[in-house]
Amino acid sequence: MIAYILRRLVMLLPVILVVGVVVFGLVHLTPGEPAAVILGDQATAADIERLRDQLGLNDPLPVQFVRWFGGVLRLDFGESIFLGEPVTGALRDRVQPTVLLTLYALAIQISIGVPAGVLAAVRHNSPLDRALTMVAISGAAVPTFFLGILLILLFAVRLRWLPSGGYVPLAEDPVAHLKGMLLPAVALGFSSAGLLARLVRSSMLDVLREDFVRTAFAKGLPERIVVIRHALRNALIPALTVIGTSVGALLGGAVVTETVFTIPGMGRLVVQSIARRDYPVIQGAIMAIALTYVLVNLLVDLLYVYADPRVRLGGS
Amino acid sequence: MVQVASLDLRGAADARRGAGGWARRWPWARSLVANPVTVLSALFLMLTVLAAVFAPLLTPHDPTFLDPAVRLQGPSADHPLGTDDRGRDVLSRIVHGGRVSLLIGISVTAAAAALGATLGLLSGYYARIDTPIMRTLDGLMAFPSILLAIAIMASLGPSTFNVFVALVVVYTPTIARLVRSTTLVTKQQAFVESARSIGMVDRAILLRYVFPNGLSPLIVQCTFVVAFAIISEASLSFLGAGVDPETPTWGNMLRDGQRVLQRAWWLSVFPGVALVLTVLTLNLLGDGLRDALDPRARRR
Repeated sequence: MIAYILRRLVMLLPVILVVGVVVFGLVHLTPGEPAAVILGDQATAADIERLRDQLGLNDPLPVQFVRWFGGVLRLDFGESIFLGEPVTGALRDRVQPTVLLTLYALAIQISIGVPAGVLAAVRHNSPLDRALTMVAISGAAVPTFFLGILLILLFAVRLRWLPSGGYVPLAEDPVAHLKGMLLPAVALGFSSAGLLARLVRSSMLDVLREDFVRTAFAKGLPERIVVIRHALRNALIPALTVIGTSVGALLGGAVVTETVFTIPGMGRLVVQSIARRDYPVIQGAIMAIALTYVLVNLLVDLLYVYADPRVRLGGS
Repeated sequence: MVQVASLDLRGAADARRGAGGWARRWPWARSLVANPVTVLSALFLMLTVLAAVFAPLLTPHDPTFLDPAVRLQGPSADHPLGTDDRGRDVLSRIVHGGRVSLLIGISVTAAAAALGATLGLLSGYYARIDTPIMRTLDGLMAFPSILLAIAIMASLGPSTFNVFVALVVVYTPTIARLVRSTTLVTKQQAFVESARSIGMVDRAILLRYVFPNGLSPLIVQCTFVVAFAIISEASLSFLGAGVDPETPTWGNMLRDGQRVLQRAWWLSVFPGVALVLTVLTLNLLGDGLRDALDPRARRR
């Protein structure tokens, strides 16, 4: 197991390097002189030269990359051009909403997706199965930001039950916090729930055909026990991978959802920084989110090996 | 079940029914047209394409014409889907917006398929270059896809062509990975070995034997990529990092609509419905194509 973890960590290094090169390259993709683009039309030559110095753009590219990437490894993303503070500090202030939104959405995805998938599989080919599958397919076609807008229209504008946006920190007022996060979390989690439901359904159908399930039924165990204790535990193993990849979709979707619901998280900071041409912030936030995603996927893969020893034995 | 029939009884059934040559030559085509959901989706998409192509002839108003006298009006006879906060006709803007969505969806998919298939074939066939190509693509796939697109757009600036570039970068790795996995399987087959033994050059083997064998899953995947690309374009435009804000697109309309959401629901709902219907029918078509072309991956 330890050898496996080490091997996976080594395989991670080239991925992190490519991620670093891409994010570093962003500033140099800009058409024209980055410093001039950042400062806009009114900048004097001296302003541009000063910013070039501040950003270290006068050094050769490899030197710039090593310095920047070295900083990233120490979680130092440089200084924000617009906010007048280190990027790391700006990100730290905005981590909580993004992380909590992603976690709530994940909880909604799992608590809708798993039961729906199990129900559809147990009532295979029934009208209920077909209805659930149709909802899952339709859900995947609704972009998170549009679902968010529809939820705001219904629950905030029409019914006035929930706020249409804003953010209350968890420590300040837990009830108001949850009320504010409910719509964004549903908007974000719903379409991934459809994907998860379809996967749970198909892996449940596979497991329900296995001999041990028939044995369990033959012993006279009630259906509930067979489905939950025998079948579901095995059917959830492939679902782990989907949950891992959907963390990426949720983190990405959080960027869009935060804009719809005006939540002051990392995603909204990225979107605001685009208009301000605040490249160090964009780079830092994207690097941080990509690294989180890479680590979550590693964690899920390790969980997978833990849950299904066949992978480990087959692999080594 | 269709699969069994098409394997065993194909010839006999055709002869009995007097079916034309097409059903024998393309057995998957019959299972495709036998599925009403797939046929309806394909019809809807054809209408969408036609509406996009002939948009200027079909729309009742100029999508960019500002008419302050009719600002923020609800659906009416003259403006069936209402007007926006600058008096522009929503229906006309939606039809014209479909042009951008479909253009982006199709061109991104074509380019990503060409680039991804080339990389996937080379990577799967030549073990020497496999690792560098795949590690690079893994790196690109380590970003949540919309985030990578946002990052690229942040550097390039908003324009339709830049959205195209960003989304090609985002969707090429998925396609390359798919083509690589089918290539790895195909190159082990006896017919590839026999082609090599009679002295065929690699280029011909790849194009004539390996690539066609992986075509079915590629076509299915491409249908989904069109849908993903359309959603991504709308998301980017919604965030203000997509197509130029003055161009009518569904994402731009949703962005404009959110500012006046409290007063004018039609500005947000109708472009969103157009987006959802297009993406939904693409996904349904993709499911139908997969069932017909790739029976092993069939859903139960």
